[in-house]
Amino acid sequence: MVIWDGLSQAFSLIITRDPAMMQIIWMSLLVSGVSVLLASAAGIPLGTWLGLAPAHRVRWLAQILYTLMGLPPVLVGLFVYLLLSSAGPFGVLNLLFSPTAMILAQTILALPIVTGLTMIAVRSKDREIRDTAVSLGASAWQVALTIIREARLAITGAVVTGLGRLMAEVGAVMMVGGNIEGKTRVMTSAIVLETRRGNFEMAIGLGIVLLALAFIINSVLYRIQGVGRH
Amino acid sequence: MFRLESVCKSYGSRNVVEIPGCVFTRGLIHGIMGPSGSGKSTLLRLLNMIEKPTAGQIIFRGHDLVTCRPRLSLQRRMAMVFQKPVLFEASVYENVAYGLKVRGLQRADVREKVLEALKTVGLVHLERQPARTLSGGEAQRVAIARAFVTEPEVLLLDEPTSNLDPQNVGMIEDLVRMINRERQTTVILVTHNVFQARRLADHITFMYEGKVVEDGPTEAVFTSPGDDRTRAFIHGDMVY
Repeated sequence: MVIWDGLSQAFSLIITRDPAMMQIIWMSLLVSGVSVLLASAAGIPLGTWLGLAPAHRVRWLAQILYTLMGLPPVLVGLFVYLLLSSAGPFGVLNLLFSPTAMILAQTILALPIVTGLTMIAVRSKDREIRDTAVSLGASAWQVALTIIREARLAITGAVVTGLGRLMAEVGAVMMVGGNIEGKTRVMTSAIVLETRRGNFEMAIGLGIVLLALAFIINSVLYRIQGVGRH
Repeated sequence: MFRLESVCKSYGSRNVVEIPGCVFTRGLIHGIMGPSGSGKSTLLRLLNMIEKPTAGQIIFRGHDLVTCRPRLSLQRRMAMVFQKPVLFEASVYENVAYGLKVRGLQRADVREKVLEALKTVGLVHLERQPARTLSGGEAQRVAIARAFVTEPEVLLLDEPTSNLDPQNVGMIEDLVRMINRERQTTVILVTHNVFQARRLADHITFMYEGKVVEDGPTEAVFTSPGDDRTRAFIHGDMVY
């Protein structure tokens, strides 16, 4: 019964374009989107470098990276909280409980995922693509770009995985964002709040909207992958 | 073209290539023969600067490939085709254009050269086709076009016909002859097909366990080999 009520609540939220809801969706997309972009901007080149380096030389780095891929969000939240709190080294910037703090925490979370999966993607293509490119006169940079282009489907997969992790994440964003209505509330933190209030229909409704949003984003990215494949 | 001096390539404690001295002359088709694991492909990778020798010098037209700087300008004077052609996930046109684009040629020049190369290998009608959808023979012809379109001084071919049917083998052998004669490109061909080596090569280098055991003009090597292992290989008596 609660689930059916939740479904009707979801439809109602979507159809009426509830302003509070639209603000939450916007904030979720902004925080997760910017975070995954930043993580990709750093993680794809870093992962490519690690993927191209001889495996025995970067073994320790790779092992640390694999560990960080499973980084607990609350740990990241705590770390960023301590950095940005008034007693912390960056307290003067007054960034705690702001979207910037949430983006910082989520970028830290997504970075190892994008980097690690890019490294694996590059390693899977490395040897024969590199030899071919080198034999055709490509410079080191051109070789790296060729490998990235050849591994683009798997690298898109790395970005999608990172985005998926961020969209579903709640621990870090609540710790450093504070779940402030109209400012730092996102879909996941809103679901937690509604559940605590006993407002299960609303929580389920938000959950369904979150799933629908993830489905739409992944469909777009899947389509991009499909275009690349053909 | 190439002069090798005390060249050694090791992986761990194993010497894969050990050549005290060897010369590849400009303008010829050189056949490197030998059983599997004799170091033929590794030698080709050393000549193409994909790998560095553990010791020794490889001199390419007066330049030491190990110590020369910048390496890229020397590397761009050669091209290599591998046994299993690795085509990029792009169209046939884009694959053939790759070597020209990395050299920074103008788009119009690239187009003209690519179409000419595709015409030469008989694949101009497949210009827009995704390269990964080609048959084995077509893929190898694209790989050869992609290599010779850059007009290299030396073309290194690593068993380019080993997985192909007789018709494609014939086409590729004709292409190799044409590239050598009409473009004056030196060809170094690795093969363990003795018949192909005899058909194509002007000069034969026979390798066994990383060492050059016979080296000379093709007819001389085939009619009066100086080494028992070469004789056994030519007569099909060598088990490998």
